[in-house]
Amino acid sequence: MSEYTEHDAGGVSVGLVKKRSFSFAHAPDELLLENGECLGPVTLAYETYGQLNAARDNAVLICHALSGDSHAAGYYHRDDPRPGWWDIMVGPGKGIDTDRYFVICSNIIGSCLGSTGPGSFNPQTGRSYGLDFPVITIGDMVNAQKALVDFLEIEKLLAIIGGSVGGMQVLEWSVRYPDRVFAAVPLASTCRHSALAIAFNEVSRQAIMADPKWNGGRYEPDSKPDLGLAVARMIGHITYLSDEAMRRKFGRRLQNRRDFSFNFSADFQIESYLRHQGRKFVERFDANAFLYITKAGDYFDLGLQHGDGSLSQAFSRAHARYLVVSFTSDWLYPTYQSREMVKAMKKAGRDVSFCEIEAQWGHDAFLLPNDRLSLLLNGFLKSCHHDIN
Amino acid sequence: MTSTDATLRFDLGIIASWIEPRSRVLDLGCGKGELLYFLKHHKQVKGFGIEKVEARAAHCIEIGLSVVQGGINAEIGDYPDDSFDYIVLSQTLQQVYQPARLLDELLRVGRYGIVSFPNFSHWAVRLQLMFGGYAPKTSQLPYEWHNTPNIRVITLKDFRRFVHDTGGRIIRETAINTPARDRYGRIVKVFSNWLATYGLFMIGRKTV
Repeated sequence: MSEYTEHDAGGVSVGLVKKRSFSFAHAPDELLLENGECLGPVTLAYETYGQLNAARDNAVLICHALSGDSHAAGYYHRDDPRPGWWDIMVGPGKGIDTDRYFVICSNIIGSCLGSTGPGSFNPQTGRSYGLDFPVITIGDMVNAQKALVDFLEIEKLLAIIGGSVGGMQVLEWSVRYPDRVFAAVPLASTCRHSALAIAFNEVSRQAIMADPKWNGGRYEPDSKPDLGLAVARMIGHITYLSDEAMRRKFGRRLQNRRDFSFNFSADFQIESYLRHQGRKFVERFDANAFLYITKAGDYFDLGLQHGDGSLSQAFSRAHARYLVVSFTSDWLYPTYQSREMVKAMKKAGRDVSFCEIEAQWGHDAFLLPNDRLSLLLNGFLKSCHHDIN
Repeated sequence: MTSTDATLRFDLGIIASWIEPRSRVLDLGCGKGELLYFLKHHKQVKGFGIEKVEARAAHCIEIGLSVVQGGINAEIGDYPDDSFDYIVLSQTLQQVYQPARLLDELLRVGRYGIVSFPNFSHWAVRLQLMFGGYAPKTSQLPYEWHNTPNIRVITLKDFRRFVHDTGGRIIRETAINTPARDRYGRIVKVFSNWLATYGLFMIGRKTV
């Protein structure tokens, strides 16, 4: 996912919000991971918006994608220049209406934005984990989120919503904890990465690991593999757009010049854009976290893990009502992958709706203002909340 | 919201009256979901729809219906046998490329099929062809020969024979006369092959 932090054109927002944190899995009750190792203690950064009702049946969990965080909506202080990453969708009267629902968003484990990850302090060694951090999975991320939902004393989530790698968490939740999820909404997502998606991730990881400053994952804050991470991000941004999106947004236009420079500076706008995105990203993201989260995405295979290789068998474990959404120009998680999951859900007898939204912005479309998506989510959640009672 | 009791289209009203409360219904080509919405709120039906057009499928989802955006031929194949009590194919049969295959699928996935289509042997159609010499155009079939989506020309008699030949049976049928898209209409009891603008049929598997 890109970092679109667009303000709502109408100025509507949940207002000032606070990042909280929740710690669990203290020794000897560490979190058992899918690779067999234990992790603890575990901290999750999270935010909530709106009010939990008396019946505790209006909670909506948002799962963020690769580089997202717990700050989905609102502002941290009065002069905060940017709202949360999905402020256009989460707020009063919006697609995910905070006047109606209690919205939770937590940073995934393995990340670096407040939750336990490879940059966190390792109590066993007395320094940061680095590559001693266990390789985590989408299932591990979901197990940690479930601990948070238990802590918040929410028996059944009204809905879980997420795009991209967030959509994988949504799908995982629905088959891993079928009784805890009333509705599940994977957006621009997949039940498993294609070879193409794994290929892009691998090139991104190689870019990081080829940076001498990466140093086997053991680096200090003043000497980080920024160049490698920036290149990784540039690759990511190519996959988040589309041929059409790039043609419309940049074409072959030059950046602040009339002619070619005949050297290797950024002549084209697209070059300048990618360099800018790379530079911006290293200020807020950790290279090792990038390695861990992309690997978790590549390992994810819902049918293999939960259905002995059969996706419909995996979905036969679920009880949730699904809304699947794809975007026409998404070539990272193309529509055929969403159709594959819809097909398996139908075979498994699940209640599923599916819409392919015409959008030119590629994989990132779910993060951009989109009336159709807002109306879809708003209407879908309303009927779910009506039916949960 | 969408339709209420009073505004349900005449032909859809008849279809709705054939459907048992609390049954499971799949509506192929459900449009903006008028029938499914009505069935959900008046007959506690568990309804599902297939709709090709994004805007219509999205509208259905927004009003709380379970609808998959896609083509009916591809989508119906994913459902296990006997998934539904009724499969509705309302005013769509005349646009289907392989009707026999679809009918098979209908009766595999559902216990009953409910099929409606514009009657091509209506007197206005016959007169236009006989005296005008041009491919007929009526309010039910408003297109030119070269731009019509209605690639199948069906009469009530044709359909009865078709169902018989493809191994189904007709459980009930009603012929109606209604101005196109009108909310109101009437049931035609005599000379239906001449006087009906639409035929509505409920079909089932042949009892062995």
